[in-house]
Amino acid sequence: MIRLDNVTKTFPGGSRPAVASLSLDVGRGELVTLVGPSGCGKTTTLKMINRIIEPTAGRIFIDAKDALAVPAHELRRSIGYVIQQIGLFPHRTIAQNIATVPLLLGWDRARIEARVTELVEVVGLEGTMLTRYPSELSGGQQQRVGVARALAADPPVLLMDEPFGAVDPIVRKHLQQEFLQLQERLGKTVVFVTHDIDEAVFMGARIAILNVGGVLEQYDTPETILASPANAFVEDFLGGERGLKRLALRPVSQVGLERGPVVDVAVTGDEARRIMDEHSVDWLGLLDGDRLLGWVDGSMLDGGDLRLLQPRPFLVSLDSQSSLREALDAVVTSHARVAVVVDDGVYKGMLDLEAIAEEITE
Amino acid sequence: MILAQETPPLFDWDWVARNWDQIIDRTWEHVTLTVVSVAIGMVLSLGLSIIALRWRRAYAPITWVTGLLYTIPSLALFALLVPIVGLNATNAVIALTSYTLLILIRNTVAGIDGVPASVVEAADGMGYTRRARFWKMEVPLALPAIVAGVRIATVTTVGLVTVTAVLGLGGYGFFILRGLNTFFWTQIIVGVSLSVALATVFDLSFVWAQRWLTPWARGVG
Repeated sequence: MIRLDNVTKTFPGGSRPAVASLSLDVGRGELVTLVGPSGCGKTTTLKMINRIIEPTAGRIFIDAKDALAVPAHELRRSIGYVIQQIGLFPHRTIAQNIATVPLLLGWDRARIEARVTELVEVVGLEGTMLTRYPSELSGGQQQRVGVARALAADPPVLLMDEPFGAVDPIVRKHLQQEFLQLQERLGKTVVFVTHDIDEAVFMGARIAILNVGGVLEQYDTPETILASPANAFVEDFLGGERGLKRLALRPVSQVGLERGPVVDVAVTGDEARRIMDEHSVDWLGLLDGDRLLGWVDGSMLDGGDLRLLQPRPFLVSLDSQSSLREALDAVVTSHARVAVVVDDGVYKGMLDLEAIAEEITE
Repeated sequence: MILAQETPPLFDWDWVARNWDQIIDRTWEHVTLTVVSVAIGMVLSLGLSIIALRWRRAYAPITWVTGLLYTIPSLALFALLVPIVGLNATNAVIALTSYTLLILIRNTVAGIDGVPASVVEAADGMGYTRRARFWKMEVPLALPAIVAGVRIATVTTVGLVTVTAVLGLGGYGFFILRGLNTFFWTQIIVGVSLSVALATVFDLSFVWAQRWLTPWARGVG
């Protein structure tokens, strides 16, 4: 969908090129993150795709068409663009901001209005905000408007330059997750620049790791890059905790969960004791059908009816969309030995430290 | 032996009543000279600002020349123009216009420069042409600075119009000049206070116009 062919950018007065003969392919519907240290030319590369920065040499193709052959302003109307500083137009209402590209393309009023209403919902904003000005919105809301504005004319390609860099970490995490969900539905071809390797790993289907001067060091899936960095630079850039970063990529659902020492409250006391011995633990999880009630200490089992016991809740309870890294973190910080996995109230199984450790060494 | 001495009153309301038509005429003249000069100044300075913004190297010479114009005493400028255009309204308008340029250009350029880089980049990224970006993004966002310049230029011009009395024009300056020549206080007071009032009216209407033109800046931040 996007193809960079030996693209070079040398800024006036610069002795060395900011980007030197970079070739890069981005598939249709793929989200690629460009990441690297400052001076690696990741932003320059991004801005050459919509020609905010004109390349010095090389060719760029978007959907097999030569991007350098059309007037820049026309090219840009077919490419969504989101920047870190958001850059909403302060003198225009939220509705007018979102309608920017449709207006430039000359859509009629009714179509623009319908599209704006639709987009507000897509990015999770309130319709009441449409008549307000950007300065009346919070940073997170403004960035949502920024995304809506970029999507307005339904461009096949989206360029995002550290789009969530200006918001606080909690909002950033939210926006990242929301955007991934959105992307799943929309299937845009996205080039996403970030300096944060964790964000690159979390967002990217593939990651392009760039070195100073726009040298492409490795271009592969996060899994592969974390498992086998191409060279010392990549390894160094990935930083420590590579094992943990890989865990962050794996949802709990991908792991074979154990049922663990869990019984239905309907079983007899003897059966309960047998299960406990089988797992060689001194505690027992209690189920009512597929609903997990909690756990009881082995010493509380007196051979009587299990329904009469007062189970205590598990310290760590996750859903199967959580990452293994989150599971590990929760288990470690709560001093619990296991994390139980529950989806919409239905017990799925449990995960202990050994099971997580196995995933790391795998 | 002085039989009777009449002290003329400081302000003679009868004079105002007798010369009402004259006051209306001079008001019209004052307003016209101000509006025409500032309007021409705005058009010229916008053009010169565009040149300065497009070719940054032109900015220094433009401010240098308009700065020089600004330093010429108004009386001298009127006199200098007499051999060229004569003793008339054209002379007055040329001089008055030239005094507005420095202020207007400086504020316009500063206003456009003050538009956040992120807004300019976003406008480019959305596919605005350079010209559309200028008129639809940069000019509206620079309005507060531009209007601030227009306010100063207008108030200054209202004051300077009185000096054109030496050309036989002058608006309210006509009263001031005649009053000074005849030591007739009423005329001086009428000329000065109406001139101040006119400047105030202009200034307040610009404040109001700006509020109306920049609704996004109202009651925020």
